[in-house]
Amino acid sequence: MVYATNSTLLTWLIFTPVLGIGAILALLALRPVAKFSQEMIDQASRAIGLTATIIASLLGIVLWRGFDGGSTGLQFVHHFVWIRDFNIEFFVGVDGLSISMVILTVFVFLAAMIASLPWFGKLDDHHPHFSKKRVPGYMILFLLLETGVLGTFCAQDFFLFYVFWELMLLPMYFLIGIWGAPTRTESDGRVRGGPYAAIKFFLYTLAGSVVMLLALIAVYYTSGPSKLIDGTVTAHTFNIVNLIEMSRAGVFAAAAPILGMQFTKVIFVALFLGFSIKVPMFPFHTWLPDAHVDAPTPISVILAGILLKTGMYGILRFNMQFLPDVLTWAAVAIGVLGVINIMYGAFVCLAQKDLKKLIAYSSVSHMGFCLLGLAALTPQGLSGCVFQMVSHGVISPMLFLVAGVIYDRAHTRDIEGFGGLATHVPEYAAMTGLAFMASLGLPGLAGFVGEVLVWIGGFGSTDTTFRWLVVVAIPAVILTAGYYLWTMQRMFLGSFKEKWSHIWDLTWRERMTLYPLAIVTVILGFWPAPVFDLVNTTLFHLLSIVKGGV
Amino acid sequence: MKLIHFSGLFLIPLFPLIGAFYAGAFGLKIHRRFGEKAIHFPTVILPWCSFVVAVAAVIRLATSGHETALVQHLWQWLHFESLDADLAFQMDRLSAVMVLVVTFVGSLIHVYSIGYMHDDPSYWRFFSYLNLFMFSMLTLVLADNFLLMFVGWEGVGLCSYLLISFWYTDVEKAKAGMKAFVVNRIGDAGFSLGLFLVFWGLFGVWTHGEINAATHHETAAVEAESHDGEHGGALSVTSVKFREVERILHDPARREAFTSQHWGGVSLVTLACILLFVGATGKSAQIPLYVWLPDAMAGPTPVSALIHAATMVTAGVYMVARLHFLFALSPVAMSVVATTGAATALFAATIGLFQYDIKKVLAYSTVSQLGFMFVAVGVGAYWVGIFHLMTHAFFKACLFLGSGSVIMGCHHEQDMRKMGGLRKLMPITAITYLLSCCAIAGFPFFSGFFSKDEILWKAFTTGNLAFNTQGFWLWMIAAVAALCTSFYMFRSYYMTFSGEYRGGHAAHGHDGHDDHDAHDAHGHSGAPHESPVTMTAVLSVLAFMAVVGGYIGLPHLWHMPNFFEAWLEPIFEHTEHALHWAHKPLSLEWGLMAFSIVVAFTGFFAARWLYRNNTNPIPGKLVNTDNKLIRGVHQFVFRKYMVDEAYQVAIIDNTIYTAKGLSWFDKWIVDGIVNLCGLIGRTMGMIQGFIDRVFVDGLVNLVAEAILFGGRHLRKVQTGRIQSYVYALVGGALAVVVFMYAIT
Amino acid sequence: MIIGLPHYLVVSGILLALGLFTISTRRNAVAMLMGVELILNAGILNLVAFSRFNPNPVGGQVFGIFGIVLAASEAVVALAIVLQLYRAFRSVDASESAEMKE
Repeated sequence: MVYATNSTLLTWLIFTPVLGIGAILALLALRPVAKFSQEMIDQASRAIGLTATIIASLLGIVLWRGFDGGSTGLQFVHHFVWIRDFNIEFFVGVDGLSISMVILTVFVFLAAMIASLPWFGKLDDHHPHFSKKRVPGYMILFLLLETGVLGTFCAQDFFLFYVFWELMLLPMYFLIGIWGAPTRTESDGRVRGGPYAAIKFFLYTLAGSVVMLLALIAVYYTSGPSKLIDGTVTAHTFNIVNLIEMSRAGVFAAAAPILGMQFTKVIFVALFLGFSIKVPMFPFHTWLPDAHVDAPTPISVILAGILLKTGMYGILRFNMQFLPDVLTWAAVAIGVLGVINIMYGAFVCLAQKDLKKLIAYSSVSHMGFCLLGLAALTPQGLSGCVFQMVSHGVISPMLFLVAGVIYDRAHTRDIEGFGGLATHVPEYAAMTGLAFMASLGLPGLAGFVGEVLVWIGGFGSTDTTFRWLVVVAIPAVILTAGYYLWTMQRMFLGSFKEKWSHIWDLTWRERMTLYPLAIVTVILGFWPAPVFDLVNTTLFHLLSIVKGGV
Repeated sequence: MKLIHFSGLFLIPLFPLIGAFYAGAFGLKIHRRFGEKAIHFPTVILPWCSFVVAVAAVIRLATSGHETALVQHLWQWLHFESLDADLAFQMDRLSAVMVLVVTFVGSLIHVYSIGYMHDDPSYWRFFSYLNLFMFSMLTLVLADNFLLMFVGWEGVGLCSYLLISFWYTDVEKAKAGMKAFVVNRIGDAGFSLGLFLVFWGLFGVWTHGEINAATHHETAAVEAESHDGEHGGALSVTSVKFREVERILHDPARREAFTSQHWGGVSLVTLACILLFVGATGKSAQIPLYVWLPDAMAGPTPVSALIHAATMVTAGVYMVARLHFLFALSPVAMSVVATTGAATALFAATIGLFQYDIKKVLAYSTVSQLGFMFVAVGVGAYWVGIFHLMTHAFFKACLFLGSGSVIMGCHHEQDMRKMGGLRKLMPITAITYLLSCCAIAGFPFFSGFFSKDEILWKAFTTGNLAFNTQGFWLWMIAAVAALCTSFYMFRSYYMTFSGEYRGGHAAHGHDGHDDHDAHDAHGHSGAPHESPVTMTAVLSVLAFMAVVGGYIGLPHLWHMPNFFEAWLEPIFEHTEHALHWAHKPLSLEWGLMAFSIVVAFTGFFAARWLYRNNTNPIPGKLVNTDNKLIRGVHQFVFRKYMVDEAYQVAIIDNTIYTAKGLSWFDKWIVDGIVNLCGLIGRTMGMIQGFIDRVFVDGLVNLVAEAILFGGRHLRKVQTGRIQSYVYALVGGALAVVVFMYAIT
Repeated sequence: MIIGLPHYLVVSGILLALGLFTISTRRNAVAMLMGVELILNAGILNLVAFSRFNPNPVGGQVFGIFGIVLAASEAVVALAIVLQLYRAFRSVDASESAEMKE
């Protein structure tokens, strides 16, 4: 096959974090010989982790510079046979959809890495901080997670995709379980904490993955003959590009039904289930608040900023690109679920008292926009869906970072417990305000662009049901404003509570994470073209496939 | 319409944005290090720069022909497929009026704020917000499409929020800000829906849902052409650009296609206009979303003057005027606008009759005056609405700033019962306030007279509403509201400025702004004092404008040139053709004008009789009457018809209940099911574990146990003594022998 | 008197009995080794005797010689063990070296 660009750049990008892991392991292995102190090991691990994420970001920029947004095909393809016996290939490449996520990933990981360091600013020494706990292990898992995520976004072989998909799970489990909050009993008697959240996250996602795996195998055995990259003829294929072509040629539509249901529909539902858990979609969202609340700050950042996007990415890549016919069948259902997400998330936010939990539910609400935008199947809606993924990928990390800032100082996230902080920590208040405003979709900030495109796209759908869905969902903008401003008021306004006089304003570490995100938020609000230039050509091509035009 | 590229247009909003960034990002440190001058010099000068650029732009516009607009396209924003929202500015004659009003009044208020906010610890923050507001407001009025307008629309809402809760340590003020934002958002949601309806409705085949791909591509080509200011060629399929939409609607076939659509049994255009108007009710504080404005008085007074009187709240009126080509298509929507305006005008005016807080009086007066403006744009007299908007900006800003001067002079006392006699102590404030009162009350030859009288006349003669006699009723309501206006404005004047000062030291501790005590340093130990020159100069300028501002729009009746109508004529002329006005005799027009003068003076004399020098006992008696009915009515009106309470019960409480209920549902049902699955899994595991341990593993262990048992006992045989082995061997051999014998 | 197979067998039996007796009564390891030798020789005698009265005589005699060689090598190993036993326990009494017993 001929692609626009063949390059090993993506492979380097995906496995740069693994090189970092190698360096840390080498360090640990050399420890008995070289007699490194624990402190030295810790600092060196941090430095390696930071270096690896920075290099990954730089590679991401190189990728961005070299990407041709006007082409619909895959670019930067690296393709060779991996496991010949099972026709599995190592096949990575990016199109507009992938690259937007890849670039988002490297930068959010960089921000999360900076937030994982105890450098550049004061930390409360009286309380244990996750950044000082088992540092080499943390860094190794962190980097492994980055590899998993990048691989998921780049993989163009279904099996490889699945491998990377599962690779994300494992580090996340440990990162939440070990570095998260310790187990505690809540006032209503429920036992919660990092270990609980980690297991819940792991099992929930795994349950989805299992269904996905079954679909994967079914698709493999239904697929027709194909060729590996070196020309070997095979009976079946995992190659996503080939699978998509077969799907368009009707190979799967003609397959024998499963349990009396059309084959493609069964596959669609199975894949959608696996992905929608990650999105997360109501009613599969309850792992999210627990995982967010009990994960350490950088992990929440990654979870909200990136991992949720993998679910949406999967839906776009497989449910939409691979099974376009079924998507039109399921569009209304997905739209309804999206609206439920939007409204339900917004309402539940209004009742939250824990800052992180509130932000977690706001993610549920905002990811609903993605579903609605996708389901509308209009250019504006689809573009809005992906823009919302990007903007939420920038804004929700900000939100979790500001939540982490206050937790590092006050060791509580109880919104009601604060008050009048604005005078005491003005810079922090301003940053929080900006993050809240961006999240509530204030025009001129990134959140608005995605939202309004989804609204417009939904309204213009050829299916008139979507107009009603938009009408039903639009009060969410009021509720969102309500809960954010109410939170703002309870935390920052009113009279200052003296018990918080010991907390301090933003440190340089926090500035280094928050300011770049804030700047991106503002820029994208007024100048969203960088994202559109990357994704729109691909998306409109996808849409034309769904609409049956091309 | 001819489009002229004007590359300085973006500077108008940019200047205040620079100021906002400067004061917002570095203000705290600069304020501490260099003092207030380093803050207010840049942030006050920059809006003036905007004003200068705006004047230059308007001159360019005025000299370049009749139907022209200045445009500047910066870059593509949300621009793909049929959506064409760009970051582009447009200044036509309507925007020009707004820009001049906003930059002129806004800049004046910046100057005023130097004195008013002096010594506030958050001085920098105030100017940052104020500049940000200017930026948003200018974006709103200069936007060339719905979506960019929406940026400004919500931006001013944000600034309003920030400025209302400026003194956020007082939780009530913080809540007032939040209320303003959330209520505005309700309107914004309606506005968005209206916008979508217009955008998709323009396809003309909306109800059938299918979008013709062929026309689609054609449009893209046309749009590419029309990018560089060319105006002409084929019409877009749809657009969010104001001028595009207007052009499309001028095309009879397209207009027919647009207006003939229905959704849910309601005409699409009516629905769209009403939804857009919902946005206007939020921003411009009309029934039913007016509730935030009176609370918004929690903000510093310059804010009330700038945002909540002169500029932001008029955005709704501007929007309706801007979209006149849409509203004119739907008599029902026009009726809704005009009726809501009239109802609000009367409703708010009656509440204003009984308020004691000087700013609350002005707040309800603003709501009421905005109602007048909506009557004007609702009956189709768009230029009159804008005219009143402009005169109102002058006199209401002057009134508010005057009240600010009074409040500052009285050490943050806002209760008029504790004022009085300030005319001698604050002469400039008193005179400017009086002049503005005359203007708002509609005294002849003051600016308010021309605009308000024109509104009444237009309401009386309109033929553009859904019902024929509606104009008369609107006129009646508006006239009563005008009477109330005259009364409560002069009431506030007399309570504040006439008689003897009733405040004194006793009232001193009354104010709640601890962070504002610094102002008292200027006080002459408790006695009210005239404000600094930055404030009084601004008051004088505004009062002058309040008096003479109306002369650019003199009535036709007097056979004088009406510059204002002529200026705006190109904007509205196409719509004017669709509008109908009843032709009434000149004598009637004279009569009505005389009537409105009588109304103004009636209110004035009533207020003078009741409140002058605080000597008339009737108002006191009325308040303290034993008559339950009067007392009840008074209380009911005084407490603003209990609307806030009703909203609290009907909407906010229910929302919170729903939120709590869903949260409970999420925690115990949805998550409960998840945890139940987990629990079932664990229980199954435990049962299987039990089976495994007891039965499966038991069997394995049984074998091992048996072998162990056998071994333990067999071990005893292994004595290590060779002799015993030999015995065993021999014995065994013998046994074999015996056995062999036995079997043979 | 013709010396037949029974005679050989009786001698062999006597040797066996003597060997057994020696093993079971003596505690001295060397003596027990001698008893073992007696039993072994009883066996070899049997082999040779049966071979004498067998139509195909070679196998028995080969086994006999094989047994004798085995006995010799066995004696070497056994004596070495006894020597080690003596070194460890300063005695050649077999019953004293019962340490492996439970």
